[in-house]
Amino acid sequence: MKDVAAIALFVLVIGAAAVALDSGVALTFMMMALYATLLAQAWNLLGGFGGQFSFGHALFFGSGAYVQAIAQLSGGLNAWLALALAVGSAALVALGVGALAFRYGLKGSYFALVTLAFAEVFRIVALSLPFTGGGVGLMLPLRASAANLQFGSPRGYVLLLLAFVTLALMVTAWLRHSRFGARLQAIRDNEDAARALGIAPFQVKLAACVLSGAFMGAAGAFYAQAFQYIDPALAFGPTTSVEALLGAIVGGMGTLWGPVLGALSLHLLSEATRNLFGALPGINMVIYGSVLVLIVMFMPRGIAGLGLSVRAFWGRQGAGDD
Amino acid sequence: MTDVLLDVRDLSIAFGGLRAVEGVSLAVSRGSLAALIGPNGAGKTTLFALVSGFLRPDRGSVRFDGRNITGVAPHLNARAGMTRTFQIVQPFATQTVRENIAVGAHLHIAGRAAALAEAERVAARVGLASQLDKPAADLTVAGRKRLELARALATRARLLLLDEVLAGLNPQEIAEMIPVVRGLADTGVTVLMIEHVMQAVMNLAQHVWVLAQGRLIAEGSPAEVTRDPAVIEAYLGHGTAERLRRAAG
Repeated sequence: MKDVAAIALFVLVIGAAAVALDSGVALTFMMMALYATLLAQAWNLLGGFGGQFSFGHALFFGSGAYVQAIAQLSGGLNAWLALALAVGSAALVALGVGALAFRYGLKGSYFALVTLAFAEVFRIVALSLPFTGGGVGLMLPLRASAANLQFGSPRGYVLLLLAFVTLALMVTAWLRHSRFGARLQAIRDNEDAARALGIAPFQVKLAACVLSGAFMGAAGAFYAQAFQYIDPALAFGPTTSVEALLGAIVGGMGTLWGPVLGALSLHLLSEATRNLFGALPGINMVIYGSVLVLIVMFMPRGIAGLGLSVRAFWGRQGAGDD
Repeated sequence: MTDVLLDVRDLSIAFGGLRAVEGVSLAVSRGSLAALIGPNGAGKTTLFALVSGFLRPDRGSVRFDGRNITGVAPHLNARAGMTRTFQIVQPFATQTVRENIAVGAHLHIAGRAAALAEAERVAARVGLASQLDKPAADLTVAGRKRLELARALATRARLLLLDEVLAGLNPQEIAEMIPVVRGLADTGVTVLMIEHVMQAVMNLAQHVWVLAQGRLIAEGSPAEVTRDPAVIEAYLGHGTAERLRRAAG
């Protein structure tokens, strides 16, 4: 119940800000922060709650982005229908890749490597196929209207992303308070013990992978709509994969608000470095890498974990007083 | 002829040249409390892994409640009513005691609130009621052993395979744990336990099998097997039984 109330408050505050604010800079900032949040949340469903560390979540992101574009360009579909198709296709890719990886019991770094490899395979395939536009990429014509899922101001995208992020928050809250979530976390903490207690790891991990993939697909579809351009490197390259896992790890894996905090912090950091270092190419990734090393070494439970320790500390202090 | 719940026939597995379990047959009757003992490395845990489905035997069969379950995956066996615990305790460390036990309870209870309530009831049965909200990682070894037991119990198992639930406990903790295990058997759960603590085996088990180097070397009541020369030699070395007899005589 507390989770639902917190989510409602979050939606109200962000929604009100999106409606009230008129500055393009502020709205663009919100849009990109929510986009980063969605990536981190999607990764958190499988990585944070299921303990399956994917290094290739761009695979699902790129699938969503390409289906979103191709369905409109070649299929002539309405953008909203294309969105449904994009999310479904990303989930389907997640189903296939997840089934292969989990069927053969790939865990830990092996799972990470296989997801990374699949993302690379898709990138190379996208480079050479005719209907993906090859290395040139695909360009969506700009036709700003709500019916066409394109907006003249970032506000429309902020509201669209807010809807996705809210849905992801609700799925995450459900994981915290449901049998499925309990099983997923049991597998993360100890797969053998989970099996002994009657949990089928394959099915549970696969379901989490599909959920995670669907949200990555939604993020990819948003990307195609908002920027009207994708190419194989943007869609399937490692940048998106890293952004997704970094937001969740920095914020706190397996928590409700960790990915939100992590994505926001990283986005602020990347804005700050851009102002400090200008357009030094690749500086973002250097900073991200350093942050990841520091977090893994000193704050393995992320920002949300820091909040927990502070609360536990004050709890102990309070208990000592009486 | 008693009612057999678990029937193991000629079970064997080899890892490379090592015959970890070789031709083991045993039958656990319904409602009994039986023990499997043997020196370190005898293959006891491997036998449990074979029975519960974590390993697939090279030869032989396992029947549970009349059904052939040889090589069936562990989660399916748990659903059928057979749950094992682990010698090296495997708590879901980030979760509380209550949440840990609820994972087991969820096997038959879909609702979260109902599973958490069931976890409280099970915790009371094994003496964990006061630690429900502790993270499992903060429990003592004795607490973790109880948690291991509670989780298995929460699956409503009809047969519990307990792998050394008393190992690593001090005498006081062992004395506290023995009534808990006996309490399980009294409620109708069939128990097969691997145990090194002879005090507990003598106290609890109605029937004992002795495993050494992968083979069964003796079986019978606790008093019978502890007198068996083959058992004494397996534990204390070749020729010991003879020397003991001479020393006594």
